[in-house]
Amino acid sequence: MEKDVFYHVAPFSGFTFPNETEVPWSELIVIYPYITGLVAGAFVVSSLHHVFGMERFAPISKFALLTSLCFMFFAPTPLLFHLGQPTRALNAVLTPHWTSAMAAFGYVAGFYIILLLLETWFSFRADIVAMSKSRTGIMQKVYQALTLGSDDVSPRALHTDHTIARRLAMIGIPGACGLHGYVGFLFGSLKTREWWSSDLMPIIFLLSAVGSGVGLLIVIYVITAWWRKKPTDEGAVQGLLYVLWTGIVVVTVIEALEMVQMLYKGREGIEGVFALIQGPITNSMVIQWGGGFLALIITSIMMLYNTKGKKLVFWLFISGLLMMVGVLAMRWNVVIGGQELSKTMRGLMTYHPEVFGRESLFTVATLFTAPFVVLYLAQKLLPTVWENEEDDHDDKVFDVHKAI
Amino acid sequence: MTTQDTKIEKEAGDLSRRDFLGLLGKGAACAGALVGAGSALASASGGAVNALGGVGPTFQQADDQYAEAVKNPPKIPNYNWTQHKWAFGVDADLCIGCLRCVEACKMENSVQMDRNHTRTWVERYVYLEGEHHALVDSIHDIKNVVPGSNETRFKFDDRYKDGQFEGKKVEKAFFVAKLCNQCEKPSCVQVCPTGATYKSVDGPVLIDTKYCIGCQYCVQACPYGARSLNHERGTAEKCNWCYHRITKGLQPACVEVCPTGTRVFGDRMDPESPVSEFIRNNKVNVLQPAMGNYPNVFYKGIDKEVF
Repeated sequence: MEKDVFYHVAPFSGFTFPNETEVPWSELIVIYPYITGLVAGAFVVSSLHHVFGMERFAPISKFALLTSLCFMFFAPTPLLFHLGQPTRALNAVLTPHWTSAMAAFGYVAGFYIILLLLETWFSFRADIVAMSKSRTGIMQKVYQALTLGSDDVSPRALHTDHTIARRLAMIGIPGACGLHGYVGFLFGSLKTREWWSSDLMPIIFLLSAVGSGVGLLIVIYVITAWWRKKPTDEGAVQGLLYVLWTGIVVVTVIEALEMVQMLYKGREGIEGVFALIQGPITNSMVIQWGGGFLALIITSIMMLYNTKGKKLVFWLFISGLLMMVGVLAMRWNVVIGGQELSKTMRGLMTYHPEVFGRESLFTVATLFTAPFVVLYLAQKLLPTVWENEEDDHDDKVFDVHKAI
Repeated sequence: MTTQDTKIEKEAGDLSRRDFLGLLGKGAACAGALVGAGSALASASGGAVNALGGVGPTFQQADDQYAEAVKNPPKIPNYNWTQHKWAFGVDADLCIGCLRCVEACKMENSVQMDRNHTRTWVERYVYLEGEHHALVDSIHDIKNVVPGSNETRFKFDDRYKDGQFEGKKVEKAFFVAKLCNQCEKPSCVQVCPTGATYKSVDGPVLIDTKYCIGCQYCVQACPYGARSLNHERGTAEKCNWCYHRITKGLQPACVEVCPTGTRVFGDRMDPESPVSEFIRNNKVNVLQPAMGNYPNVFYKGIDKEVF
């Protein structure tokens, strides 16, 4: 018990309030906006094909949707691990206190999970029906259950599926923007912390979410292609480059604007902000901005020279990874950095995360690994996730229309 | 006896004095369940050595007492919360930094005994010769506060003993007591996702510890650093001006023990109450008015450095 009390106490300097020396929001709250961000980013890529009909994204659009869904399952989990009374988590949903931004979380997250589930089901329904007819044994039962009794795969039914999936994706775009803009609002609406209290916070969160989500897709796509011994699709990779480049450019500019604006206004406590940047979060600031700039330079060069082939795939992979790491560092700087600067703005804390425990780096690693495991299982369950790949026709597990 | 005391005595009129005292005794064992706080001086004399090296358990209130308080809250006879508007005054000119208030609060409300969780605290502001900003420290600073004997648990270290520090003369020094401001527009209540924390009609902001989920959004939202997490209960924790005492006509524990009259408490609906007089007779200030929270703790004699 005593260890518990003192373990969280952060070393401090200057003038801080006594209660502040225990940092309230840990690394779990760093990973929470990070995971929701990946959801939003991956969803945007899937929508580029589903909604806007950009054919170059066809080979990865289903995969992007599945990635989005698998990560969304785990978006609320860091919050659950963080609560002092996790068994009461539903109180916020059953009796929401509507002036609280956090009260909406259950609804926003619930809405988004349902939307993703529906869109995934409509996108994969024909495949599920086909597999329920071609598989045997227990898997046949599983697929039959997954069809929810709807096994009509006439062209008209498939057309309806497509239309509904597209409409859901259309709702999903403002949904994704809302979901992540909302996470930014959770921080930006708090007037107590100069480092958080910015009107640009929702926009920054949203844009960096798209950047990191596209980065994640690139990383997973390249790794899975290598794993499956399939070449990556040139058009899709090129498209991902465009989206990533746009994401990096916009997010870098907006973040820089926010920073400059804060420094230029120079309100009370700006010295504290300087001390924070030069103190506890220096390293993560270097990672955030260094990662962002490196990714920006690499992608810009590739755009400039119209890089193609293996070079493009390799350097895009590096850029995607840099973007993921950079945005993770950005989340750390916002969430932890904001709390390391005292509310008095004349003192600093230094947060040291625990390695093991309920709120620890181990929990974070576990919760962040889980979506990848679920994604692996999901693509085992729905192998047609790659079916739009041009060169994949020969060894397809089955053909929907032949199977019926 | 002040007018305020008379008023509450009158409200409790149908109780004999013995019943009333008996009720208080029960209350002491039960803790103010309304707010999850407890009066538990009785169990404070336990012999365990706590983390600070002082004698006494880390928590004054035993688990079974807390459970009992939650299950069977003490009834408050005839207390009408529309008849009161509580307020608090701090006369910084009088504070000597003895920290009796901090100790009394920890005992009364079973606050965690370490320096990093506190419902009320005292800040020491020291201007050294030629410096434009004050050096500020409080009970969380291990260098400035020494654990006391079993009699006094906290006291400021005498680092400015000779009127000097690191070769510089002390030019000006003063203490400021801090506690929850029970704001008119509390940002903690605004952000609470479940409504577990709420503004009572008579002023104090209370926490329903049976409903709080422990998300700590309120801890983030309080501009005054008044909130923390109680690890034992996994719920938010803060000063409620000893709601279990004031509703029975008593003073908050910190006011009760303050030897200099720094802390003033009373009912603003009663023009003769100590706090009404304090506000009327002094030029008072509140902390961080720009936050728009409209605090209900009024300060006299604070300096520009006080935040």
